[in-house]
Amino acid sequence: MITKSIVEQMTILELYSKYPFVLSYFENNKLNITGHENKKVQEYKEQFEEHELEEWAIDLSKLEEELAEYINQMLSFLGEEQEQSVSSLTILPGKDKTGIPETFQEFVIQKSDIIAIVGPTGSGKSRLLADIEWTAKGDTPTGRSILINGQEADNKWRFSGSNKLVAQLSQNMNFVIDLTVGEFIELHAKSRLVENPEQVVKRIVEAANYLAGEKFKYDTPVTSLSGGQSRALMIADTAILSTSPIVLIDEIENAGIDRKKALKLLVGEEKIVLMATHDPTLALMAKKRIVIKNGGISKIIETSEEEKKILIKLEEMDEKIQSLRADLRAGEYVKGDF
Amino acid sequence: MNLVTFSGPPSSGKTSVILKTIQAIRQKGQKVGVVKFDCLYTEDDILYEKAGVPVKKGLSGALCPDHFFVSNIEEVVQWGIQNQLDILITESAGLCNRCSPHIKDIKAVCVIDNLSGMNTPKKIGPMLKAADIVVITKGDIVSQAEREVFSSRVSSVNAKAIVMHVNGLTGQGAFELSTLLEEKEQQINSVKGLELRFSMPSALCSYCLGEKRIGEEYQMGNVRKIEIGD
Repeated sequence: MITKSIVEQMTILELYSKYPFVLSYFENNKLNITGHENKKVQEYKEQFEEHELEEWAIDLSKLEEELAEYINQMLSFLGEEQEQSVSSLTILPGKDKTGIPETFQEFVIQKSDIIAIVGPTGSGKSRLLADIEWTAKGDTPTGRSILINGQEADNKWRFSGSNKLVAQLSQNMNFVIDLTVGEFIELHAKSRLVENPEQVVKRIVEAANYLAGEKFKYDTPVTSLSGGQSRALMIADTAILSTSPIVLIDEIENAGIDRKKALKLLVGEEKIVLMATHDPTLALMAKKRIVIKNGGISKIIETSEEEKKILIKLEEMDEKIQSLRADLRAGEYVKGDF
Repeated sequence: MNLVTFSGPPSSGKTSVILKTIQAIRQKGQKVGVVKFDCLYTEDDILYEKAGVPVKKGLSGALCPDHFFVSNIEEVVQWGIQNQLDILITESAGLCNRCSPHIKDIKAVCVIDNLSGMNTPKKIGPMLKAADIVVITKGDIVSQAEREVFSSRVSSVNAKAIVMHVNGLTGQGAFELSTLLEEKEQQINSVKGLELRFSMPSALCSYCLGEKRIGEEYQMGNVRKIEIGD
């Protein structure tokens, strides 16, 4: 733990040599430190004149405290990564909208598991996901509890901006930033403080191209990617670069992306994958599926042997359709055995 | 009564977030009211009325909305107390990014949205930096990567704040936010004597007083010039 008094003892140079990320703190707070490297924080503060602070709305009164807080956050964020801390997620039962208790004992999901969530719109799928995201402790409307690694979850999952438990991928998401693929992934990698951003960018673009029907390059603007390419890039980026140990997929369209490979990539990166979907190919790829009714988990179904056979058929059909797409894209007559 | 100040850039989703949060608070049997501050026009009071929420609105017109807010906050608090509210929420649009509506010892929430641009956290002053809770909206339409970069930028300008994602349309995250607004030990009867967390943007020049003519000879009082150089 870095405290305010430790920060007070250090010069700015010492601070950023030891914790390089404080540079972005100074930068984002519009504090110019050039020429002040050898000053202690207190001395640095003194050079500001009152009208200057007022003019630019700079509040330095708690600078040491805030720096200490920032450094601690970043350190714990960096530490988190090495630990890969979530290996299982446990759902303990609550009640449905009418107050009837859920009947399962407990539901344990291990990392690299794929679980589907099914049920009509408004049945309570979002509430279940919200319970997971908030690591409910019997204190949400459903009364469910969520355990991480078999234990009551740390509050950091609720309150920290950079340590979210759940990453989300859904159909209507877009890239809105005006950057190229390479620049954009690098920006994300830098915000995550990864050590070798270039390598990570390369890995993500390769993985995304492996998933996408049509290839794209580093210098393609993210806003001009097709729907399939965007989804591929989002999935590859979430798999490789997101801190969140759980990935929620809210229905992925079939077009322009190999969904089976996408799921493999995610579980290969040791994510827990939850899918809200009624697409049979996706739902049957899951090991189990949670059935939601009237706000409660009404049952948990294990994908049966018979269903697995159906899945193989479905995948064959999918493949055929994909190859027809490829034919169309290439400007050829569609062909295939139907 | 608890007082909570909500602020944020225009169209960031303040009203939607507040409405969804109120639904969650009311389920616990508590009475919530809202005072909506705006500049020239708002119909949000109708939305609150429709939802059965006691509401007052105040339009600042030609005045700085921030100054208008602080000049009226005590009256508004008294209105809330008379109406026996458990929680009073003030909602004010931060129109110039230099706004500073947050009050010491009063829970402060800033609402900003993912669509506003990666540099927005840098651009907003005390409204964001001095908030206790930062709510990020419109996460359902941008990529996971953009959400992560955006929230890490928020944390770098306000490391102490709780950063939450709330969806103003579906209400996802609103229940969770509602649990953070109530503070049993922090009941207030008045805000008289409390202090703002940071000074408000100041201006007192001839244009504040209605001057329309352009030119140096008409500029009086607190005037500042761009340094253009050679």
